Amino acid sequence: MRGIYRGRNVTEPVRKRPVHIVAGMGTTATHCAYCALQCAMTLTADAVGRVTVGPRDFPTNRGGLCQKGWTAAELLSSPHRLTTPLLRVDRSASFREASWDEALDVVAARLTATQRDHGRDTVAVLGGGGLTNEKAYQLGKFARVALRTKNIDYNGRYCMSSAAAASNRAFGIDRGLPFPLPDLAETGAVLLAGGNVAETMPPFVRHLAAVVDRGGALIVADPRHTATAERATLHLPVLPGTDLALALGLLHIAVADGHADRAYIHDRTTGFDAAWRAAAQWWPERVERVTGVSVQAQRATVAQLAAGARGRGAVVLTARGAEQQSKGTDTVSALINLTLALGLPGKPSSGFGCITGQGNGQGGREHGQKADQLPGYRRIDDPAARAHVAAVWGVDPDDLPGPGPSAYELIERLGTDGGPRALLVHGTNLAVSSPRGRFVADRLAALDLLVVSDVVLSETAALADVVLPVTQWAEEDGTMTNLEGRVIRRRRAVAPPPGVRTELSVLAALAERLGRGDRFSDDPETVYDELRRASAGGVADYAGIGWDRIDAEGGVFWPCPSVAHPGTPRLFADGFPTPDGRARFVAVEHRPPAEDVDAEHPVYLTTGRILQQYQSGAQTRRIAALAAEPHVEIHPDLALRSGLADGDLVRVVSRRGDAVGRVRLTTTIRPDTVFMPFHWGGEQAVNRVTNPALDPVSRMPEFKVCAVRLERVVA
Amino acid sequence: MTRVLVVGHGMAGARFVQELRTRDPGRRFELTVLGAEPEAAYNRVLLSSVLAGSLAPAEIETVPSAWYAAEDVELRTGVTVAAIDRRRRRVLTTAGEHVPYDHLVLATGSRPWVPPIEGLTGDDGELDRDVAVFRTLGDCRAMLARLHRVRHAVVLGGGLLGLEAARGLAGRGIAVEVVHPADRPMERQLDLDAGRVLARTLRSLGVHVRLNAGAVRFTDGWGGGGRGLRLEDGTRLPADLVVVACGVRPNSALAAAAGLETGRAVVVDDTMTSVTDPAIHAIGECAQHDGQVYGLVAPAWEQAAVLADVLSGGPARYGGSAVVTRLKAAGVDLAAMGETDVDDFADGVEVLRFADPARGTYQKVVIRDDRVTGAIMLGGPETVGAVTQLFDRAAPAPADRRALIFPGVAASSADAADAPDDQTICRCNGVTAGRIRAAGAGTVAEVAATTRATTGCGGCRADVAALLASRSTVEVPA
Repeated sequence: MRGIYRGRNVTEPVRKRPVHIVAGMGTTATHCAYCALQCAMTLTADAVGRVTVGPRDFPTNRGGLCQKGWTAAELLSSPHRLTTPLLRVDRSASFREASWDEALDVVAARLTATQRDHGRDTVAVLGGGGLTNEKAYQLGKFARVALRTKNIDYNGRYCMSSAAAASNRAFGIDRGLPFPLPDLAETGAVLLAGGNVAETMPPFVRHLAAVVDRGGALIVADPRHTATAERATLHLPVLPGTDLALALGLLHIAVADGHADRAYIHDRTTGFDAAWRAAAQWWPERVERVTGVSVQAQRATVAQLAAGARGRGAVVLTARGAEQQSKGTDTVSALINLTLALGLPGKPSSGFGCITGQGNGQGGREHGQKADQLPGYRRIDDPAARAHVAAVWGVDPDDLPGPGPSAYELIERLGTDGGPRALLVHGTNLAVSSPRGRFVADRLAALDLLVVSDVVLSETAALADVVLPVTQWAEEDGTMTNLEGRVIRRRRAVAPPPGVRTELSVLAALAERLGRGDRFSDDPETVYDELRRASAGGVADYAGIGWDRIDAEGGVFWPCPSVAHPGTPRLFADGFPTPDGRARFVAVEHRPPAEDVDAEHPVYLTTGRILQQYQSGAQTRRIAALAAEPHVEIHPDLALRSGLADGDLVRVVSRRGDAVGRVRLTTTIRPDTVFMPFHWGGEQAVNRVTNPALDPVSRMPEFKVCAVRLERVVA
Repeated sequence: MTRVLVVGHGMAGARFVQELRTRDPGRRFELTVLGAEPEAAYNRVLLSSVLAGSLAPAEIETVPSAWYAAEDVELRTGVTVAAIDRRRRRVLTTAGEHVPYDHLVLATGSRPWVPPIEGLTGDDGELDRDVAVFRTLGDCRAMLARLHRVRHAVVLGGGLLGLEAARGLAGRGIAVEVVHPADRPMERQLDLDAGRVLARTLRSLGVHVRLNAGAVRFTDGWGGGGRGLRLEDGTRLPADLVVVACGVRPNSALAAAAGLETGRAVVVDDTMTSVTDPAIHAIGECAQHDGQVYGLVAPAWEQAAVLADVLSGGPARYGGSAVVTRLKAAGVDLAAMGETDVDDFADGVEVLRFADPARGTYQKVVIRDDRVTGAIMLGGPETVGAVTQLFDRAAPAPADRRALIFPGVAASSADAADAPDDQTICRCNGVTAGRIRAAGAGTVAEVAATTRATTGCGGCRADVAALLASRSTVEVPA
């Protein structure tokens, strides 16, 4: 890393600095830095500024933490921490340290010149699902009001977009879970399609374990016998890319075996006939042939869900395995159809839920950093929505840009004729997280200006012209919306190192230089209160959720349209927020993966996470206690045929690129499939291999299946 | 505009129309479908579910009539074609109408074969009122309409369709006998032992299969006005209903009369085109490709997709289908594929078997050149999906062949108390048994406080407790 980071003064490892304790806040109740479970924790700063983490009891984590949470504070005093803006004249030069004024002046001047010479849309913004609600909101507003560009999207496009699209078209609303997480523990049966929570968010497993402990069913569909599948009562070893066929087959069985709740379908839904007609073509024996999941296991799955529906409840959950496919939206729709046929949504401890990934994956998609959205989950092409938000922002609705392209499509256009020539990056490490990574690096290199705000010199920051050092989780105030749709407080426990600014202050300072300084506060609560007004009346309505209420109540569930409103922990009991109040079946058809195996690339690749690392690894790779090396899970049979032994280095090669990892032999994976986690950069980045084939609705890339060959790396 | 005329509106024909339109967003094909049956397209695979009562007839419709209107496809049901005029490129319907084409797609399917047994048909050649075939939704409706009067049924033919019909009837509380001429049911798919196990399983479900048996006469006069079937060996079986399931014959007479080459069915090449006339194509059960006539849905749909691609100018070619036969009968889990009746000790072949007839299990996998080339999976459902996919994809068989029959034996969960010091007990926090032992803690909570074990998913709590308990027993003096 320091090879790239070779400016004056910055090649030296930075000395550990004492952390500045905020007066009177030696102990702070906040939530974890990482995933959407947002485990409650207590941060204690001692006299010399060392911060220790302790778990805190909360309905979601029930006092649990994983390794990532326990060690989260180590990054506060990491020698890798950026503490001064970095600047360089061109990409071949080294970074040099710069003052904030100089860095911001350069950025503002170059943005202004770019827009003046080439048009407003030639400046683009990419945000992230880890940003607080305040930052996500402000970033969207900054793009639309200060830059007036349509080109803004965020990394949730790679994360939640398929589930979000499917939930919206079925329920008219997209909230990860329709109920508080403890309701899950009360249910009778859970089907988890493509998720490995035992590694991604371990304390979540407590709720699943409670289901099993009381004799309930936990069914996990995954090409791998993961740590989560290990805890299941039934594992469905689905062939990568065929989850949709499986879902259609389950609906088929539910209807054909008489488990459909006809009264519910009649009273509370529309579109059943067409959905059934599609599923009717997926009888279980056909599904077995396509998915590899036995007819018996399919029937058992439906029987157990149906038994749950008649008893304590039943829940179908999806995560990235089912969603990160070029047909992820349809796959989720098919699973929602299953829950509707069984009459689940709106009943106690029942329904469909999506397990959100990023820390603020939920709030981050609600407040306007999506290409097609304004705050409150409003559509940017809806005149009424534009008028409302424009009024809050004090601008003319006609001056708001229209919808822009999705994240990957935006990246594809960077530096092309007519495409964006400057890019601002906040809260994402797209050089590691985007599919077809080498191409993405080329696109970034083609930009005139790349500005990255980050805590450390991520792989993306290392490619930038300007790097702005910003605060991290324990150094800032704000709100996050967790996987339940519960709005919670992130609290500042320590002062940031000198030289580090919050992203709100960066945006305010840039806005000022762009002539819009009066519209952008750098105070998080002020920004949040504006967010409340902007979201008022929208689907994701935060109007009644003040910080004071969150502090007093330990979190509030949206929608919450007024301060007198109690919030909405449970959705759909009385109807669905659709025009007719009914949930909608969506008829979908199975189709094969965008890229199938062939003689040249005979093995399926699927990707995912490991326990020790989070997302692109920019944070967790810099924590010694979480040290891990990328590995490639291979079945011994496939290893034998490929001439690979445990511990060998193997190159995973697709039509788009290659990545190197260490062979880990395991019988927990199908012999036709290899798995590689995606937390590393450079030659270890599996996203150099993955396929950018996009879902036609959500624009989600197909991370979860592509065709590869394996080559042993000879030392 | 290219006029594509599809004759036949069954599984193959309806699928083809959908496949073609998917590839034809510009609507350059003018599509007309003639169906002899009066029904909308329905899913023949689900007829056994209708017979068994789990689905209503209306629920097996595959393509709604609105689709045809929306996709600008002219669908005419209840229309039968009498002749093909190849010279003028048009067909003549029995109503005397001419329908022109540029491409004619024959998807006429097949019809049941009724053996020449006295009493099955009347003098007019029509089926007796108490004799049914099980082929169309109409057949199914007719059978359903009379079931309330049926106490005893006999199914002639113990092939796939006969057994599915028999199981459906038995599921409705009807006593069912299957009369089958061979020494085992489904003799084309099963070996002798598998047949014996299957017959036994069926018996437990109320279906009695008589092997090596043939019927000679269906007559009245069984006392009380009942009717029955007399077998070759003199046995008399009461039968209020006889279901004929003795196989099918492809409907290729139309093609033969038009001078197209036909064997058992219309002979086509790899583009699903008649070898005689490049403007005429055949798919499904009325097509013969490379000597094969397929009687299952999967090949018909593969052929429909190939032909749609070919007509759209695509490169697809049909290379035959790997056939997996799956009996759809509640309470029986049977899949058969490829070669199954082979000599276990023949050169170049590996045969795996596991049989537990008392529990209805018979599994056999045939391997050549490290590939699964055939299998019978009866009553052992766990690995069917894996075996089928290996067969379908000609993928290498597992090095440990046992995995084909026995589902993966879960890693034995050894007693945590005996775990070596370097074994991870708490995955979430990476805590080994050694660290827990070294923590010197007495309770799980103390272990959590010092090592963080149990604080993640909580799944290792019992293991930690076991470690603590084992240590305390060692320390307690005798």
